[in-house]
Amino acid sequence: MISVKNINKHFGDNHVLKDVSFEFESGKTNLIIGESGSGKTTLLKVMIGLHESNSGEVDYDDRNFTGMNFNQRKMLRKEIGMLFQGGALFDYMNVEENIIFPLKMFAEQSEEENLERANFCLKRVNLENTNLLLPSELSGGMKKRVAIARAIAMNPKYLLCDEPNSGLDPKTAILIDNLIQEITQEYNITTIVNSHDMNSVMEIGDKIAFIYQGEVWWTGNKDELIRSENQELKDFVFASKLFKRLRQTS
Amino acid sequence: MYRILKNIGEYFLMMRRVFSLPEKKGVFLRQTVLEIEKIGLKSLGIVIIISLFVGAVVTIQTAFNIMNPLLPKYLIGLATRDSLILEFSPTMLCLILAGKVGSNVASEIGSMRVTEQIDALEIMGVNSANFLILPKIIAAIFFFPFLVIISMSIGMFGGWLGSISVDVTTADFLYGLKYQFNPFYVTYALTKTIVFAFIITSVSSFYGYTTKGGALEVGVSSTRAVVYSSIVVLIFNFILTQLLLA
Ligand SMILES: Nc1ncnc2c1ncn2[C@@H]1O[C@H](COP(=O)(O)OP(=O)(O)O)[C@@H](O)[C@H]1O
Ligand SMILES: [Mg+2]
Repeated sequence: MISVKNINKHFGDNHVLKDVSFEFESGKTNLIIGESGSGKTTLLKVMIGLHESNSGEVDYDDRNFTGMNFNQRKMLRKEIGMLFQGGALFDYMNVEENIIFPLKMFAEQSEEENLERANFCLKRVNLENTNLLLPSELSGGMKKRVAIARAIAMNPKYLLCDEPNSGLDPKTAILIDNLIQEITQEYNITTIVNSHDMNSVMEIGDKIAFIYQGEVWWTGNKDELIRSENQELKDFVFASKLFKRLRQTS
Repeated sequence: MYRILKNIGEYFLMMRRVFSLPEKKGVFLRQTVLEIEKIGLKSLGIVIIISLFVGAVVTIQTAFNIMNPLLPKYLIGLATRDSLILEFSPTMLCLILAGKVGSNVASEIGSMRVTEQIDALEIMGVNSANFLILPKIIAAIFFFPFLVIISMSIGMFGGWLGSISVDVTTADFLYGLKYQFNPFYVTYALTKTIVFAFIITSVSSFYGYTTKGGALEVGVSSTRAVVYSSIVVLIFNFILTQLLLA
């Protein structure tokens, strides 16, 4: 479980996160949804310490992350996998080297064991035999899958995903969503997924926080989401005609 | 003015993170070897071509300027030698390398920044400044002196080719090259080179590392890297010359 309490974050005069509190449960795919610019990425980066919050607290299973020093954070981060919006694969390394990289830096094991683990992770994301390709030779969906493989290489307890399916076609997007959800349940990971895509909300949303202009505006699960009368949430959810019709028929 | 001071402050903060012990010696060593290839070996071609032509041109111009029968011909070799060793090879060549290496370093690190690869390193627990920048600085400090020595030699060879075309005998030219040779000039040149190598790689890395935004900003950073590392090189050229020769 990861809990954030009363997080505030300013970029200069821009008050991006306003008193954000939420609990992300383990073994579940927790969703953060909201329009572009609402503060989703900033929240993830505050949670992992890439941005410092101006106030508030982040706890990983009752371990206070905010108060930790550099080395303590470094230790904790080894339990966290993160999937960046663009994949953030190291572009001068091939697929295999990308996945092995965190193992080589931090896991105390032999090169054969590293390679075996890399192959296992690649298989898990259905990308066997792509070991020697460079990121520039991969399609968008493959890049995301390699990034997932790299994120789970160290057997993380926590998995943070920033818009894992942005820029993908609907079918590949669902594939990635399902993969994340399966891995979450398989290894009982605390997973957080940022999304502005309603398809993935309906597919994987176990527990949902809707962020509106930097505030947690609404929380619930996907059934509650469809029936909610909250105006801003309705504007977001039923922006597309398809979902509007879905609401009328249900 | 405020921005300049702020940048200088941020530069030193970054350098403090650059100079720490690497996590894994083996990985670090491999990175450094890769950088020697990228920064050093791949600059060899341009160094050879430029030095050859500049050496030849310096000789021809000197010959043209001292066409006085009272002045001995070996002065041409001497002038070529000193202008190559003192100024062209260490300073001018480093300015050219600031263009080539500086833009390369800044755009590489800058694009890693905007595609969140640097964030990815950080959350894995890697000190990204140290991991990415230190190998580049070490590679340049190690390899630029070789490039400069090669440039001096090729430049003199070019000078000899030039001297043939302006009717100076090889014997005269060689006599000039050796005449009252002061080895301290080479020490001076290599000292400058090492300082310039540090400036070029660290300043360019700084502009890459602090890039914000997207592909467009990477281009801006890489231009800034070249401009500011050249300016800093020129300032330190002045300071070091004052200290070492005056
Ligand atoms: N590094 C930064 N510096 C300044 N402002 C930022 C930075 N990152 C994000 N912002 C601002 O914070 C707000 C929220 O951005 P972000 O968290 O990226 O939104 P989302 O991920 O929901 O699209 C935006 O107004 C953006 O301009
Ligand atoms: Mg975002």
